[in-house]
Amino acid sequence: MPDVLRQIDWFPLWLSLRVASFATIVSLAVGLTLAYVLARYRFRGRELLDSLVSLPIVLPPTVLGYYLLVLLGRNTPLGRTFEGVFGFPLVFTWQAAVLAATFHSIPLLVKSARAALESVDHTIENAARTLGASEWRVFFQVTLPLSRRSILAATIFAFARALGDFGVTIMIAGNIPGRTQTAAVAIYDAVQSGNTLLANLMVLIISLIAVGILYWTNRLQEGLYP
Amino acid sequence: MALLELTLCKSFLPSASAPGFNLDISLSCEAGVTVLFGASGSGKTLTLDSLAGFLRPEQGRILLNNEILFDAESGLCQPPQRRGIGYVFQNYALFPHMTVGQNLAFGIARLPTLERHRKVHEMLELFGLTALATRKPHELSGGEKQRASIARALITEPRLLLLDEPVRGLDYPLRLDFYEVLRNIRQKYQIPILLVTHDVQEGFTLAERVAVYEAGRIVQIGAPDEICLRPRSTAVARLLGISNIFSGTVEELDPMSDCTRIRTSLFSITVPYLPGRLRGDTVWFCIPQEHVLLVHPSMSKSDQSRENRIPVQVVEEIVTPNTVRLLLRVQGANTTSNGNAASFHMESEVSRLVYKKMGLAKQKDWLVALPKAFIHVFGEQEG
Repeated sequence: MPDVLRQIDWFPLWLSLRVASFATIVSLAVGLTLAYVLARYRFRGRELLDSLVSLPIVLPPTVLGYYLLVLLGRNTPLGRTFEGVFGFPLVFTWQAAVLAATFHSIPLLVKSARAALESVDHTIENAARTLGASEWRVFFQVTLPLSRRSILAATIFAFARALGDFGVTIMIAGNIPGRTQTAAVAIYDAVQSGNTLLANLMVLIISLIAVGILYWTNRLQEGLYP
Repeated sequence: MALLELTLCKSFLPSASAPGFNLDISLSCEAGVTVLFGASGSGKTLTLDSLAGFLRPEQGRILLNNEILFDAESGLCQPPQRRGIGYVFQNYALFPHMTVGQNLAFGIARLPTLERHRKVHEMLELFGLTALATRKPHELSGGEKQRASIARALITEPRLLLLDEPVRGLDYPLRLDFYEVLRNIRQKYQIPILLVTHDVQEGFTLAERVAVYEAGRIVQIGAPDEICLRPRSTAVARLLGISNIFSGTVEELDPMSDCTRIRTSLFSITVPYLPGRLRGDTVWFCIPQEHVLLVHPSMSKSDQSRENRIPVQVVEEIVTPNTVRLLLRVQGANTTSNGNAASFHMESEVSRLVYKKMGLAKQKDWLVALPKAFIHVFGEQEG
């Protein structure tokens, strides 16, 4: 058995974890901002923004991936700008996989974070305001601490989603073994090439991670404040 | 110039959950307790929210210590952060993730550490919270939460204090504690205090002035005694819990002997002269239950006409902790002819001691005496 383990290429799994971690950080920063804006302000186009944010949930991942490819390919303005700034093309790199995973995970994070922020008792936030706290301070010292469990749970969930992306990744990051081949893609590859042992092992590991994450988020949400 | 002056107008469109509503009030307050009294949904809390800056009225202005907080005409609207108003919310709105000490320190975070500690300690001491400084709100009782919430509001030295139903849900002894706390605040801080309540007893125990709300308007404002004795309308009288409200016809007017005779469908009474009324006018009047006195029939058979004596029968007794409410039926009243289905006509409230001494449990036939001084004839014609 150790022999078998030694034969396995651990790169896809390692890449998946790295990609998902980066994607989660980006999702959290962007998603929390979006959630705050959606929860707090009434403005024109609010519902449209909400719909756009939710779009990745309903669109087939390949369609989303195709959009991104068309937007960010090497011959598009955005793609050329990226290449000019960073010195390498975005598509078919592990950074593209991060982008793919971010798009795959952000809608759920925005939805959960928005619900969490909206569920905070408004009178408590208003009390902070009458005590002279700036909106910034109200958010970081009152709203966020009071919704942190739900937001943490949403973040972990977003990580799980990012870990599992297949469709968007394969469209814009491709399937380059040792460079952009994530675990989800590697499993597909293993099945295609009849490497059942590798496929089984990867599936098992991914499943264990997923179950662990779900168990953890449930535990987090049950232990509600205080 | 009053410390606080406000005029507000705001209309709320009808929604699925509530009918349309217009808030239209003006009020000016000096230092001291002004109670905003009225039924639920009459606009009291909306007034506080407008003052605090959570709600933007369509018209009007708010002046506090001669500073404009809001002015619809010039579009000026200070944010809640800059109004210097202390707000004690109905649910106290303590920060659940902070200790009592941290809750108090929140509003004075800008002060130097030492000064901040000193003030927090001083406030904890003043409100008897020193032993609870490191507790979180969920470890406090209702009364403790309330005191913490008031201390937190006052630590910023606000120019105006707003209290929204402060004793709601508190037991009676805790209410008494609160009255004591409020008296102390009143003495220590020379600021206007607006207290919202829909509880008559509370409103009239605490108030230096009462503003009576009805459907988004202030219908009467004045000293508590004044409002109790001379409610402006039957609606206000009902809000105050006065159930003895009658309508009658003016039968006789005599300015010389200062009396007016009014006949209702049940009885006749004499009240002081009513200037500006004519014979045949319909008037409404009321008398608070505690001023409806019971007289033993044998004691005053001779002059039943004096002091508005009316023979009644006790039809029901409602025992409350301190008093007994007696539902009375006017004897000889013909209720079948006019379809008046009321099982009683009048209510009297006596202390339990009086109830016992007078043998009210056995004796059911009495005379009631309605003292002229406590009969209030409403100025306006209305039902």
